[in-house]
Amino acid sequence: MLKALQLEPEKCTGCLQCEMACSFENEGVFNPSKSRIKVFTFHDEGRFAPYTCSQCAEAWCLHACPVEAIVINPATGAKDVHADVCVGCKVCTIACPFGTVNYNADSGKVIKCDLCGGSPACATACPTGAITYVDAEHTGYERMRAHAAQSLPHS
Amino acid sequence: MAWQRKILRVNLTAGTCTPEPLNMDWALKYIGQRGLASKYLAAEVDPKVDALSPDNKLIMATGPLTGTMAATGGRYSVITKSPLTGAIACSNSGGFIGAEMKAAGWDMIIFEGKSPKPVYLYLENDEAQLLPADGLWGKSVWETDEILHATHQDPLLRIACVGRSAETGCLYAGVVNDLHRAAGRSGVGTVMASKHLKAVAIRGTLGVGNVRDKRAFMDATTAGKKTLKDNAVTGVGLPTMGTQVLMNVINEVGAMPTRNMREVQFEGASKISAEAMLEPRESDGKPNLVTNGACFGCTIACGRISTIDPQHYTIANKNKYKGASGGLEYEAAWALGCDTGVDDLDALTYANFLCNEDGFDPISFGSTVAAAMELFDIGAITTEHTGGVELRFGSAEALTWAAEVVATGTGFGKDLGLGSKRLCAKYGHPDLSMTVKGQEFPAYDPRGIQGMGLTYATSNRGACHLRSYTVSSEIMGVPVKTDPLTTEGKPELVKAFQDATAAVDSTGLCVFTTFAWTLADIAPQVDAACEGGWTPETMLEVGERIWNLERQFNLDAGLTAADDTLPKRLLKDAAKTGPAKGQVNRLHEMLPQYYAIRGWTEDGRPTDETLSRLGV
Repeated sequence: MLKALQLEPEKCTGCLQCEMACSFENEGVFNPSKSRIKVFTFHDEGRFAPYTCSQCAEAWCLHACPVEAIVINPATGAKDVHADVCVGCKVCTIACPFGTVNYNADSGKVIKCDLCGGSPACATACPTGAITYVDAEHTGYERMRAHAAQSLPHS
Repeated sequence: MAWQRKILRVNLTAGTCTPEPLNMDWALKYIGQRGLASKYLAAEVDPKVDALSPDNKLIMATGPLTGTMAATGGRYSVITKSPLTGAIACSNSGGFIGAEMKAAGWDMIIFEGKSPKPVYLYLENDEAQLLPADGLWGKSVWETDEILHATHQDPLLRIACVGRSAETGCLYAGVVNDLHRAAGRSGVGTVMASKHLKAVAIRGTLGVGNVRDKRAFMDATTAGKKTLKDNAVTGVGLPTMGTQVLMNVINEVGAMPTRNMREVQFEGASKISAEAMLEPRESDGKPNLVTNGACFGCTIACGRISTIDPQHYTIANKNKYKGASGGLEYEAAWALGCDTGVDDLDALTYANFLCNEDGFDPISFGSTVAAAMELFDIGAITTEHTGGVELRFGSAEALTWAAEVVATGTGFGKDLGLGSKRLCAKYGHPDLSMTVKGQEFPAYDPRGIQGMGLTYATSNRGACHLRSYTVSSEIMGVPVKTDPLTTEGKPELVKAFQDATAAVDSTGLCVFTTFAWTLADIAPQVDAACEGGWTPETMLEVGERIWNLERQFNLDAGLTAADDTLPKRLLKDAAKTGPAKGQVNRLHEMLPQYYAIRGWTEDGRPTDETLSRLGV
């Protein structure tokens, strides 16, 4: 089954455990600045929102890459950056409409979410269930269920 | 090895920033943060210095777990000699700046001297610069934060700074980071401003990678997070209600200091409680609480994010207070509310916003206003002093006015900025000051919780609940239930809490974890991250060492056993209502035994044998 990251901002507290898990999984350090998932704080509204690559079916980054360094991982559906091929031209960072592909100056390559090969560390680390890894064809399942519950006649 | 092993020494007089290696011999004896920075302060600063002179130093310190994935691993502390108490000060804050400092590659920043002109420190990994702060001086914390983000065009910059209260000499000004988290107590912000240091702006992109045993660390921190989640206090109570969960509880046990501690129960408590913060209000149908928010790495997320009723008098035509910001924690709600007799939730939230906006401690502020209200009540302070304001108990208008004048240090705000002890002395009634060593009380009346009396009397930074939170045991039954009205066993309880807390405060973790964790949960996390062979026993020994180091600093500063006492009101005037009715605090039954089990002389001095056993 193809799975996808499901982000539910209303559950997020802004703790950044996901950013640390991501950087630790991918870079071996606790370093939010190297995380592929970012949590945004909307201070005046008192809201938090995690955000990362949604793994577009027709991925702009993949099509823009001149050296075909971004390829579809058949197991996860993720668009993986092959660092040994990437030349750090950053065209993908311009092409991505969502800003979720970014340049890492330390390596001279771009980084983006690759779903950790099918076991995303951010989802494991999230203490509130704001980030989960669910059936890609039923990301609306829990919301549908909540609305279905509202449609029940009063008992 | 989760230390970065690097300190930044900033000489403000000379305008230099110099890196130096962390003293690892000391790190293995004092861990980090509170303990290690206190060791540096004691080694480098004469305890007798004037706290506001250039000879005092100010240290911002992280712990080895700061900036790691350990739950709550985002803490940092500000250590200096306090202008409020004359004792050693260590104020602890969450938010994000501690982790940012660590990610930039630093364990600590030591500020010394005094800059000829206002400056701020800009720190981007290894690059440290002192930049002119002329355009920031005279600005609030919120304005400073906005200007610095715009100046550096960097939304990811983390900022700690002082507000106008510190600049104008308020003796209980704090250092605010990330808009509404604060190293709030003991006037550490006043010291920062006295050095003409307005702000510290940090961007760290190096991260924390040098964990000793990565697999063991992930195992230990994951187990710790599960324990926090499964615990009723850290898993449900704190995220849902915040520390404000205590408001009704403490009021019911009759330990709620009310109207400058004249009484022990507040009739308006339910109106300013956690439950009240969840009630939709009439004007816009929204509750005071918008959401809970977390500090860096915190899986508890007790922080309150609140809004003020849009119809409330305090914010008419004041757009900057109409958005969400840091809401009431229990200590603030108590000091601003119960102690002043004000039960207007929105007035308290407004006063709390001002405390954040201009960086002053809501506990000391509220208690000082309470003392001023009692002085007004007996006629020692009049409308002539206040410029016409009726400073009456229960007056929301008086409270919010007081917050406005302290924020900017104008008019009577100067007197209120002196703190309760100096205010009461100035107006001829020193006995009305509810302070220990010059620092105002927090929200637990020691007539109803006996152990807290000993806690306050012996705290190394003056009256403080966070040095040994025996409320945990005496009221909540954590780790074991003790009777709040008995003094028996309390010296041992207080010592155990003091030592354990000093160790926790040195790791980079939050003391609120200890509702669920003991040192048996914490030591494996520290041990997996750091060399040194950490066990609960070695951590407790470090805690005891820190306690004695702080004590020795205070004795050398001129404090004596005579300062280990409580205001007469708490020792002589019995509680009038509630379960503790008829009780005073029986400090005399606890203090001699406490000195004895500490290995101190009868006049409260650590013996040579004790100091040598601990290697102080």
